[in-house]
Amino acid sequence: MSFPWAKEYQPANGFTKFLDERLPVPRLVYNAVGAGYPVPRNLSYFWNFGVLAGFCLMLQLVTGIVLAMHYAAETTVAFASVEHIMRNVNWGWMLRYAHANGASFFFLVIYIHIFRGLFYASYKPPREMIWLIGVVIFLLMMATAFMGYVLPWGQMSFWGAQVITGLFSAIPLVGESLQVWILGGYAPDNAALNRFFSLHYVLSFVIAGCVVLHIWALHIPGSSNPTGVEVKSESDTVPFHPYYTAKDGFGLGIFLLIYFAFVFFLPNVLGHPDNYIEANPLSTPALIVPEWYFYPFYAILRAFTFDFILPAKLWGVLAMFASILVWFFLPWLDKGPVRSGHYRPLFRKFFWFGLIPCMAMLFFLGGAPAAEPYVMLSQIATAYYFLHFLVILPIISSIERPDPLPYSITEAVLGSDKKAVLGENAEPVAT
Amino acid sequence: MATTTGNPETGETTTKDGVRRRDFIEIAAVSVAGVGGLVMVYPLVSQMAPSADVLAASTTELDISTLEAGQAIVTEFRKQPVFVRRLTQAEIDEANAVPTGSLRDAESLEDRTQPGHEDVLVVMGVCTHLGCVPLGAVTGENKGEYNGYFCPCHGSHYDTAARIRKGPAPTNLLVPDYTFASDTTIVIG
Repeated sequence: MSFPWAKEYQPANGFTKFLDERLPVPRLVYNAVGAGYPVPRNLSYFWNFGVLAGFCLMLQLVTGIVLAMHYAAETTVAFASVEHIMRNVNWGWMLRYAHANGASFFFLVIYIHIFRGLFYASYKPPREMIWLIGVVIFLLMMATAFMGYVLPWGQMSFWGAQVITGLFSAIPLVGESLQVWILGGYAPDNAALNRFFSLHYVLSFVIAGCVVLHIWALHIPGSSNPTGVEVKSESDTVPFHPYYTAKDGFGLGIFLLIYFAFVFFLPNVLGHPDNYIEANPLSTPALIVPEWYFYPFYAILRAFTFDFILPAKLWGVLAMFASILVWFFLPWLDKGPVRSGHYRPLFRKFFWFGLIPCMAMLFFLGGAPAAEPYVMLSQIATAYYFLHFLVILPIISSIERPDPLPYSITEAVLGSDKKAVLGENAEPVAT
Repeated sequence: MATTTGNPETGETTTKDGVRRRDFIEIAAVSVAGVGGLVMVYPLVSQMAPSADVLAASTTELDISTLEAGQAIVTEFRKQPVFVRRLTQAEIDEANAVPTGSLRDAESLEDRTQPGHEDVLVVMGVCTHLGCVPLGAVTGENKGEYNGYFCPCHGSHYDTAARIRKGPAPTNLLVPDYTFASDTTIVIG
């Protein structure tokens, strides 16, 4: 579906006409990211991050497939094969750094993308399905990133696998057997490494499939926009190409500058030195922490230090999973009729002074040692996190009195909408 | 069937309640295919479980004839570290002096050792919190506040009987299944 004023694809020559009648791929592209897709005219740079995320996925696919040609998923040689990539394979060092930092930047982009969705309440009707698929993609990304981190078979790889699969052992009755089944042994070993490689490879394509569903679902109602007001007429939109291909292209350029600054000049700052030590099942690193993008969830995991009906360890695991699963209910927890945070004064206060500091704290605390005062702060931040989504958001969205919305996107941009003044069917008067 | 009505063009017969003779073969075919599909799931799930060689490596034999009181041996069982320690009399007394009721995971030293070998303590070197390897088995390592084992990851302290005394770990260090094959040989697993 698209707006009635969307331009229709016209095959330019005999070949594209031939193709259009048999396999209309050019038409699909034209309607998806070409001039045939009308997009709100007022999108800010926050709307670049969907395209950037798609770029990151392709970057990871391409570099990952190439790295897999040189990597060996076998515990005795895995670590050495990564060093082989770094030292012997032509450009192997660059490909590996691009892939490792690509994961970090993929998460960075996705976090900004999620932030955009949260502030502008993009998850509200009619875009719930886009949001739900997005949460699924995020969960898949976490699983894929975790398994990818195990592959170099360094100390952090091994102990990360031990700790993360150990989470499943917290499940009552079946937990221990489940962990053994997941690992194919009693501790991470060859069986685990092999299956993680297989799943790491295939899950990236599952993510790509979900991204197709995500974009498909997006193109039903079309993109949201910073006012949260739905598109009313043609003057509210511009064609995706050339307007947003240009804007996304500019954003991509900025992104690449920062990304390659890390790849070439700071390739290891986002990693852990301990992962350059080969896995040793008999010696634990002094501080086991995940990659930075898992910090908030690791902080929530470690916040539970006391038994309350259930063991503390199980509470931690449940809370960690619940912290993401709660997003599945977000479209129904936020009851307000207005989308954009710009027109929701109360929501905005709790967003900027509640949720954002809380998330920032969790990011910091996940990388901090498990000692006071960090444990207590994690408990406070975790409690606030759930309070925000389960209590504060439903209440403020019910009682809040939103600011007046503009009539249309055109009015928000130009100050007036001639169609609004003259009636919906009037042609704008030339001035 | 008496109640069937025929369709002369297709040759289909349908009973009054809409059941066709062909429904049987459709349900039967889909059922067989469904059962076949489900049967195929079993090997797909089961292949993830530990393979025969992993299971075969799940016993460890250890000679402790040279283990002196106060010393410990670190060995491997199922690819995980095991601490085998011969306790000194002082360590045994220290462990027995604690009333078991006051412990998070109430076990006496006697519960955790085998009759006639109360001085040999065999535990998995895997912290029950998140699976790190505690310190204390090797001479000179930090043994924690209770003179047993100390996990540096999240600060769990274990006493001389490797029982949890302080920190986040929920239970004592696990005592694996083991037997004394002779007075000087133990078989773990």
